[in-house]
Amino acid sequence: MEWVNAVLQGTLLGGLYALFAAGLSLIFGVMRLVNIAHGDLIVLAAYLALSITAGFGLHPLLALLLVVPAMGLLGYALQRGLINFTMGGDILPPLLVTFGLSVIIQNGLLMGYTADPQKLQAGALETASLTLLGLTAGVLPLLTFALAVAVIGALQWMFYRTAMGRAFRATSDRQDVALLMGLNRAHVFGLAMALSLAVTAIAGVLLGIRTGFDPAGGGARLIFGFEAVIIGGLGNLWGTLAGGVILGIAQAIGGQIHPGLQILAGHLVFLAVLAVRPRGLFPKMEG
Amino acid sequence: MAEPLLAIDRLDVFHGDFQALYGVEAEIAAGEMVAVIGANGAGKTTLLSALAGLLPRPAAAIRWQGSPIGALRADRVARLGIALVPEGRLLFPSLTIEENLIIGGRMGRRGPWGLEAVYRLFPILRERRAFAPAQLSGGQQQMAAIGRALMANPALILIDEISLGLAPVVVRQLYEVLPAIVGEGMAAIVVEQDTSRALSVSRRFYCLQEGRVALAGASGSVTREAIGRAYFGV
Amino acid sequence: MDVTRASRLTRLAGIAGLLLVVLLALAPWWAGRADLRLLGEVFLYMALATLWNLLAGYAGLVSVGQQAYVGLGGYLLFALTILAGLPVPLALPLVLAAGAVVAVPVALLIFRLRGAYFAIGSWVIAEVFRLVAAQVAALGGGSGASLPPAVVRTLAEGRDLREAMAYWLAFGLATAVLAAAVAILRSRHGLALTAIRDNELAAKSLGIDIWRTKLLVYVAVGALTALAGALIFLQKLRISPDAAFAVNDWTAFVIFIVVIGGIGTLEGPILGTLVFFALRETMADLGTIYLIALGAVAIAVMLKAPQGLWGLIRARTGAELFPLSRKVTGIPSGS
Repeated sequence: MEWVNAVLQGTLLGGLYALFAAGLSLIFGVMRLVNIAHGDLIVLAAYLALSITAGFGLHPLLALLLVVPAMGLLGYALQRGLINFTMGGDILPPLLVTFGLSVIIQNGLLMGYTADPQKLQAGALETASLTLLGLTAGVLPLLTFALAVAVIGALQWMFYRTAMGRAFRATSDRQDVALLMGLNRAHVFGLAMALSLAVTAIAGVLLGIRTGFDPAGGGARLIFGFEAVIIGGLGNLWGTLAGGVILGIAQAIGGQIHPGLQILAGHLVFLAVLAVRPRGLFPKMEG
Repeated sequence: MAEPLLAIDRLDVFHGDFQALYGVEAEIAAGEMVAVIGANGAGKTTLLSALAGLLPRPAAAIRWQGSPIGALRADRVARLGIALVPEGRLLFPSLTIEENLIIGGRMGRRGPWGLEAVYRLFPILRERRAFAPAQLSGGQQQMAAIGRALMANPALILIDEISLGLAPVVVRQLYEVLPAIVGEGMAAIVVEQDTSRALSVSRRFYCLQEGRVALAGASGSVTREAIGRAYFGV
Repeated sequence: MDVTRASRLTRLAGIAGLLLVVLLALAPWWAGRADLRLLGEVFLYMALATLWNLLAGYAGLVSVGQQAYVGLGGYLLFALTILAGLPVPLALPLVLAAGAVVAVPVALLIFRLRGAYFAIGSWVIAEVFRLVAAQVAALGGGSGASLPPAVVRTLAEGRDLREAMAYWLAFGLATAVLAAAVAILRSRHGLALTAIRDNELAAKSLGIDIWRTKLLVYVAVGALTALAGALIFLQKLRISPDAAFAVNDWTAFVIFIVVIGGIGTLEGPILGTLVFFALRETMADLGTIYLIALGAVAIAVMLKAPQGLWGLIRARTGAELFPLSRKVTGIPSGS
């Protein structure tokens, strides 16, 4: 029973990882960009929520109403003001610039909030749980998973059913021909990053309620998100959710075997997938 | 004399260090169909790419209804009403045929062309509208590429190598619809290696040779010999 | 007519370099203890930067996981001396060899990822190493371990000599890495690397075995980075998983150094290291502001002068200190 429980908890944890990953997956799909600062932006969103909840006495989930648009705006500004200037064929400039951003965000947070771990206070939500068939699941992990499914479903719908999604796919396919359609590449990329960071905001707030955060925690979140994307297969949003779930289950089972194995087991599953299926389990796109 | 729709004045275009066009002069009036002919590598595709804004070019070398547009990015040029049907069709592979058409019309310029009109022009596209471009034959892809450009209701359509790699029967079919397109008041510049076909549909022509205009004139009155000389430079 | 790599400047730089090497080798006699440690640290960073530059600037392998090898080297040094009882001078060559042995399977795995995904994949490897290190109870698990005085004494008796030895090792490594980089770049493999960097497809069509050349560079860089890691923690005398496998200390700053100095040149990382330490020593009082400034400078250089400071200098003066690029000389005038 405790193994079944571990799988359940791992699956729900996978929802959080899918939220870490969805934004990465989106910007990779649209502009082939890997944002090294992605994890630090998740942590930044959590701190933003912290200040908002403290300042206005809002519940962290209500703070999302402010954090999501704020992060979206930041994403658009970052892309138009900085990252767009690195988008050539060479991989080093975007990597270096987002690495620089990562260091700047980490140290900026360190100055603003000190190195002490913080947590978002969500009251009864943190401890509430549901029991069914002898299995107990926290309401927060369930909510996180439901949000992950909703976010990925919405992104999928946006990508395949809306004008913005068409613009994203067209720009991803052929940037110069997309220009001929009157699509301003810089603006399209800005929108993609805005959307990516809007999702990041949700991930950051849920992370902040669930486990707490500190300025140095971005790297691990980037890596979990990245692993979920690769396990699921590049360019496949539902695959990213599956990748997150697989990662979550691997960690939960690893942790069940030995607490020190939790994170390691996730990495090992990732490396095993890489060794056997380098394009991920459900690939859709050329890397 | 009235201002032409598009005027090209001493246009030099470079690919990196290599100069591809030398002082090209040309113009086109509204509703006119002009052919650009020339051998492989004469600079025909370069000319269209430069007009569409895909290549760097001198700001003042291209004027649209009197205003210089040489400094505009390609998406700005497109918004003016200049649409390019690129060489090799270059449909968006992850969009369906219908989505390829819709995205062509996203700028919302008013005019006779819409999904229905394009489907009437090329009925096969209606049947294949939910297909991916790769599932269509070359000729059908070319129809979709032309349809995508028409969807923008451009004032000027630039068509690059319409017949390249297509079966003769398909080429004939495509050329049959060209007059109908220009009949709607749209101007067209058609780049073509098949000289006689290009001359037969156009009113005027420009013949490029090694990046320069070697000959220009009315399509109906030019002799085969004159074309041959301008084409090969002999 | 003659094809040569040397110019008057490279020959002058050679003579000046030789004098500098002698002067720096004598540093234990003219530098104070604190300065000597700082110099040692400078040389270790210079080695790390040169190695990363070989990897990314020449072989096109943009890794953000070189902390894997720094940490591996550090932990291996501690394991070989504390657990296996080896003296430090014997442990160091073993660290070098072990670094190479570990790098091969790692390369087989992460070479499957391309571009930026290779970068993060290499980071995952470093995380795996860190988590494994944290499980080694004999070396203090997550909280780490110190090098016992008995082990330290196997390097040299007496504190002054020990400090000098640690310095010489750091200085020796930096010189050796630079010499190895020059040797690699002047060899057949160096030509292949330059070809790969300039155009991978063209290189392939010339029959260059890109994969093997990259593997060779990756393994050599991994081994030498592990040795650098061993020397870093020999100087620090204390190791912990978080310090040994820190992405910021051993990769982010190293990348910033290379980019600020000039990627794809041998002079760049040296210049970048000097800039890095100059910034650090003058702005250390400002705390984290200095790190924010470092990140901002690296971003600015990448956007405004992607060839780095050395690229700017070279563009102005045509200077080149290492005899790498070939020049045809002695062409009779008028021909």
